[in-house]
Amino acid sequence: MRTQIEGSLAVAQAVAACRPQVICAYPISPQTHIVEGLSAIVKRGELPGCEYVNVESEFAAMSVAIGSSAAGARTYTATASQGLLFMVEAVYNASGLGLPIVMTVANRAIGAPINIWNDHTDAMSQRDSGWIQLYAETNQEAADLHVQAFRIAEELSLPVMVCMDGFILTHAVEEVDVPEADDVARFLPPFAPRQVLDPADPVSIGAMVGPEAFTEVRYLAHDRQMQALELIPQVAADFAEVFGRDSGGLVHPYLTEDAETIVIALGSVLGTIKDVVDERREKGEKIGVLGITSFRPFPLRAIEAAIGDAKRFVCLEKAFSVGIGGIVASHVRMAMSTHPIKNYTVVAGLGGRVILKTSLHEMLDKAVTDSLEALTFLDLDTDLVERELARTRADRRSGPAAENMLRDLGTVRAASV
Amino acid sequence: MTTHDTTIDPSIDPAGYHRGLIPEVVHHEPATKPVKFYQVGSFAVGNRLLPLEVRSVQSDPNRTNALTSGHRACQGCGEALGARYALDAAMHAADGKIVAVNATGCLEVFSTPYPETSWRVAWLHSLFGNAPAVASGVAAAYKAMGREDIRVVAQGGDGGTVDIGFGCLSGMFERNDDVLYICYDNEAYMNTGIQRSGATPPAARTATTQAVGDEPGNVFGQGKDLPRIAMAHEIPYVATASVADLRDLEAKVHRAMSMRGARYIHVMVPCPLGWGTAASDTLQIARLATQSGIFPVFEAEYGEVVASSPIRRQVPVEDYLKGQKRFAHLFKPKRRDDVIARMQAQADRNIRRYNLLPQGGSPDAPEATEGSL
Repeated sequence: MRTQIEGSLAVAQAVAACRPQVICAYPISPQTHIVEGLSAIVKRGELPGCEYVNVESEFAAMSVAIGSSAAGARTYTATASQGLLFMVEAVYNASGLGLPIVMTVANRAIGAPINIWNDHTDAMSQRDSGWIQLYAETNQEAADLHVQAFRIAEELSLPVMVCMDGFILTHAVEEVDVPEADDVARFLPPFAPRQVLDPADPVSIGAMVGPEAFTEVRYLAHDRQMQALELIPQVAADFAEVFGRDSGGLVHPYLTEDAETIVIALGSVLGTIKDVVDERREKGEKIGVLGITSFRPFPLRAIEAAIGDAKRFVCLEKAFSVGIGGIVASHVRMAMSTHPIKNYTVVAGLGGRVILKTSLHEMLDKAVTDSLEALTFLDLDTDLVERELARTRADRRSGPAAENMLRDLGTVRAASV
Repeated sequence: MTTHDTTIDPSIDPAGYHRGLIPEVVHHEPATKPVKFYQVGSFAVGNRLLPLEVRSVQSDPNRTNALTSGHRACQGCGEALGARYALDAAMHAADGKIVAVNATGCLEVFSTPYPETSWRVAWLHSLFGNAPAVASGVAAAYKAMGREDIRVVAQGGDGGTVDIGFGCLSGMFERNDDVLYICYDNEAYMNTGIQRSGATPPAARTATTQAVGDEPGNVFGQGKDLPRIAMAHEIPYVATASVADLRDLEAKVHRAMSMRGARYIHVMVPCPLGWGTAASDTLQIARLATQSGIFPVFEAEYGEVVASSPIRRQVPVEDYLKGQKRFAHLFKPKRRDDVIARMQAQADRNIRRYNLLPQGGSPDAPEATEGSL
């Protein structure tokens, strides 16, 4: 049913429509509204046969999920930011054990400095965790991806992370056609686990594996992600058949066919980028957009095909690998390894920094003339940075950088200094 | 007479507990009562002298052998012994419908070297610090699926329980999840090579509390008493047990399995490697721990002690300490009477706290070191 609804609540309702049997909940912004929504749904009795477990940490949330999934129950949890990092050991364990847990990551920055606003540093830190990672562009897609995630996870016996931008999506109220339980039942079969704890047929799950087979176990994890490259588009096609709309898949190309410049990004910023590209197209510039929905597995061939004969690509990234630069860009360069083209990494939107159309235009003006720095930090306040660098050069005990810079900005009162 | 009481005490109603109706705690006899056959001058009683219905689970040729032979524990491993008795008893109590969740540690490593497993129960190992939460998840799944006939037992060593898994354990307790958690306490991180844990006793030598310097071994004034912390959660059942009294361990597992909600059994399991004892002395050392009072054996329900196993022949703590290389520095090159006295004071406090000598008694009693221990 189409309704004006907050992104988090739409996701909560979509997850409920998938009939999860165990939901583990721990609060962290900006994910909290999702588990609050599910709490109300379970408490009202609208999900009979669902256990809602209020745990004591994200580490416990993922651990409870591991136990319940291994026992054969459809399992869901949600987290963000520090919470995702707090559960990392269990995140890797869930994928290593091949447990089809679905988890929302309401993308948020990682501290220090502590920051509750959106970027992709949290999910990107888990790109090697063995989980499938899907990034939602809109709240509609966020809701839809959860329904698809359960199907993908359970088919491959792999966990799936559905990443949606914190606040920008989770807290935005807009029209969403929330998947309904009847339709979901036609799309998502009951959970039939590939491995299960069963006293009538006891197995050991999580046994130790040494050098004699560890490589093979890890290889099979990779192989299942490669299978996901085939499965994800199939699931999206099946979804379109039942629900009548396109959601998910590996990539979302937009005006790429004749494009000389392609801007690549993940998540909600694609909307802003498309507006900018539309404006530039009106002026006759051959520019397109490539949205990556599936970051794990990374669809090398689909991206190579979408880039086609473009002259350059610009990766706009809400995270970066400190000490080297763009994460997505390095992946895309791998996709283009047989015929490399010019490329630029633009780090933007860190810790909730607003990504403005004017800034994007300014950046793209340089990109299309190949005068952009290979690694650019969009709207970086260089004066602020220079003042702090000067302080560190002048004074051994220059103090905490974050507070110094807030003082420079007047956010922290300078009186005490 | 030892009994395997699998009926639920009507006064202890976990459902009532959930409703906030905390039942009146009934003080009862210890889970096992001494069986008075004195042919060998000890409590060592062969099953053949007991009626069939009260014989141990372990004497049943049809027992599960939940942890079956061929595993790679050291000779004389107290943990392997305790785990086999505990899980076989749990399987007996639950009619074979058990899922075991294991923390990382010796028990996990020695039981599942690829491609073998010694577990004849449905078994899940996830991580070092999350076994209680994983078990909560398994229990939640069975509740959701209407399969509450399948019971969940979680187990780990003292490191996995009192240290790294403590947050998850407290959460499991606090939610009163339907899990029996069993800690096999050998008082240090043995799997990684004998490092201090929060359950390592004072003065004990470990690889990270070495027997060097003026105050060799672990320091006094640290460590945690997890059975008492568990009791503070007011969960339905907390018990301590020892491989020195395996019948008592079986009985306590049965007692725990007769209840629902969070239950905790803390089992002392000597480690020949870590403690520096002969493989053949595991039970004797464990018995000296209980008979000195350094390891009190008791049961608690809803946060209150309801029974304790009295010391039969009290021994001075020194008798317990001197047989272990981890305490050798208390005896040579210079005898440390001051440290031994502090250890004795801990045992004396346990004796008072848990009423382990109901008829009085003295550590110096001449008969203290006699008998077949």
